[in-house]
Amino acid sequence: MKDILTIGFLIGLLSATIRMATPLILATLGEVICERSGVLNLGIEGIMLYSSLIAYLTVYFTNNLWLGVLTAIIVGILFGILMAFFSVSLGVSQHVSGLGITLFATGLSLFTYRQIIGAPTIPPTIQTFKTLTLPILSKIPILGPILFDQYILTYIALILVPVFSFLLYKTNFGLSLRAVGENPEAADALGINVYKTRYIALIIGGALMGLSGSFFTLAYFNMFLYGIVGGRGWVSIALTIFANWDPKRVLLGALLFGGIDALQLRLQAIGFNIPYQFFLMMPYVLTIIVLVLVARNALAPSSILKPYKRE
Amino acid sequence: MHLPKYRLVKREKISPIFRILLPFIAIGISFIFSSIIILLAGRNPVIAIYSIFYGALGTRLGLLETIVKAIPLILTGIAVALAFTGKFWNIGAEGQFYAGALAATYVGISYLNLPKFLYIPLLLLVGFVAGGIWALLPGFLKTYLKADDVVTTLLLNYIMIYIVTAILEGPWRDPETMWPQSIRISENAIFPKLIERSRVHFGLIISILSVIGVYILIRYTKLGFSIRATGANPKASNFLGIDIKKTILITSLISGGIAGLAGVGEVAGLHYRLTENISPGYGYTGIVVAMLGGLHPFGVLLSAFFFAIIITGAQYMSRATGVTMFMADVIQGITLLVLLAMLIFYEYEIRRIK
Repeated sequence: MKDILTIGFLIGLLSATIRMATPLILATLGEVICERSGVLNLGIEGIMLYSSLIAYLTVYFTNNLWLGVLTAIIVGILFGILMAFFSVSLGVSQHVSGLGITLFATGLSLFTYRQIIGAPTIPPTIQTFKTLTLPILSKIPILGPILFDQYILTYIALILVPVFSFLLYKTNFGLSLRAVGENPEAADALGINVYKTRYIALIIGGALMGLSGSFFTLAYFNMFLYGIVGGRGWVSIALTIFANWDPKRVLLGALLFGGIDALQLRLQAIGFNIPYQFFLMMPYVLTIIVLVLVARNALAPSSILKPYKRE
Repeated sequence: MHLPKYRLVKREKISPIFRILLPFIAIGISFIFSSIIILLAGRNPVIAIYSIFYGALGTRLGLLETIVKAIPLILTGIAVALAFTGKFWNIGAEGQFYAGALAATYVGISYLNLPKFLYIPLLLLVGFVAGGIWALLPGFLKTYLKADDVVTTLLLNYIMIYIVTAILEGPWRDPETMWPQSIRISENAIFPKLIERSRVHFGLIISILSVIGVYILIRYTKLGFSIRATGANPKASNFLGIDIKKTILITSLISGGIAGLAGVGEVAGLHYRLTENISPGYGYTGIVVAMLGGLHPFGVLLSAFFFAIIITGAQYMSRATGVTMFMADVIQGITLLVLLAMLIFYEYEIRRIK
């Protein structure tokens, strides 16, 4: 038990917290943008999985990490367009469209991996991103190793939080996006193109989900596994509600869950006399508890789940 | 007081023939998209799709295996269809399946001193209750605490699977093989076989009874009307005096219970023990089955057989053509999306009768 109380353990834990929060920050920002426009995107889990695979395969064949990130983003965008086609153009159930995309993308991930890589006993590994130790800043005691010795994708995720906060609250596009999500009829009357705005939201959201997916194979692990995303897309859906659809609060929620993830891994390693599955379960249990606590006061964008049909 | 009368009617008239044809057209179109993917994988799609159907229907063994695969799919499909009818977004059939399997296994490996005709109903009962409770929990969180049912049912899947692995790798680990699986259940708990020299078991009867039961429930009972009305228009239902909370709770309980029965069937009818991956995603396939079946119990029966063909046939196709059997998962996803695109042709609403 005394292992827990050392400074080294705490630094490691907090550093891991930020690392594990990275994909959650990116994916949840993506979901926030989608939902703010009025579309629940349940394709998130599948989009993250397929883009993590494509990022992995790109690096596997080209050894170019940034090309991997780019292909993951493109995959996210393509799935975002597909989601928009169903939920915006056709206006069919957002629940079922999203689940359909997740099932399709998950099936496609299994299929693509097996068809290209096969079923080796040890999955082939790739060279991943190294942590980027920022000069001077990383020398700050305690704070340095926690904040400034992270993967570049983590820095990007952290920077994107204020960027999207600004985009949503301080730009014309953000205003249109929120108007479309709250009252599409009124937005339309003001001359905002509801369909186009929602398409753009789903494309940006998809790109962020794709970027999030790339973190799993290009930084967090060095291989692809079928369960690599492991429900973190669904956790992001819950975090969106927890964050009250506000980018700044996304950071808070993602750090909370990143922290639980980091903590449960360490508790597993210490080896209490409890089955390790109970630690693995913790993030999911906590997600449900938090969801229950915030759900009653949650105020979703009014037009969510409602397709817009122009008269 | 005179209340206005409401009925569930379709927004636009479409011919019943078209409604029945729609899923078949969707299947046809989804095979075209699937062919493109097989082509991209450098294989011959005609041979691949032919071998799916040959593998699933062309031989006695294949056909019987297809029936075996259909059993859990009928049950998870019916479970999801019932829930979706009441707009309870139960994406948790996978977890409820495992809850049912876990409970049935517990009773099965307890080696109770019971004859078969009592042991099997007991297994079904505990499986139904376990699955039902695992769905009632998100039902309760939805109705009383407003927690989104999609998220809670999905997350409970992961939690249940971790519970099952914890038990199988811990107290229930098979002492003989040391594999993470339970010991064999009592001989008296095992479902009888329906067809000689095959694996087709009593679960088929359970699944068909569930189809008929849910059909009667939805079509001819007051509860069924409440479920349909709640699904179609909660506000109007409230006005009609339907207790929406109670309806959602009962819907979740029955839906989860039926998904639990699917788990019982796989343990007591097929594997005679609980293993970590006893379900290759039957709960999720249940969503596709329910949608392709138009959420109609008899439609679900047919669509479960269709996906049983795809899953069984894909194993044969993989051996015959080298296209991986995961093509079955791709076809499921594509079929759901194609069908969804075509669903714009019919939607329900509650209309007031003058």
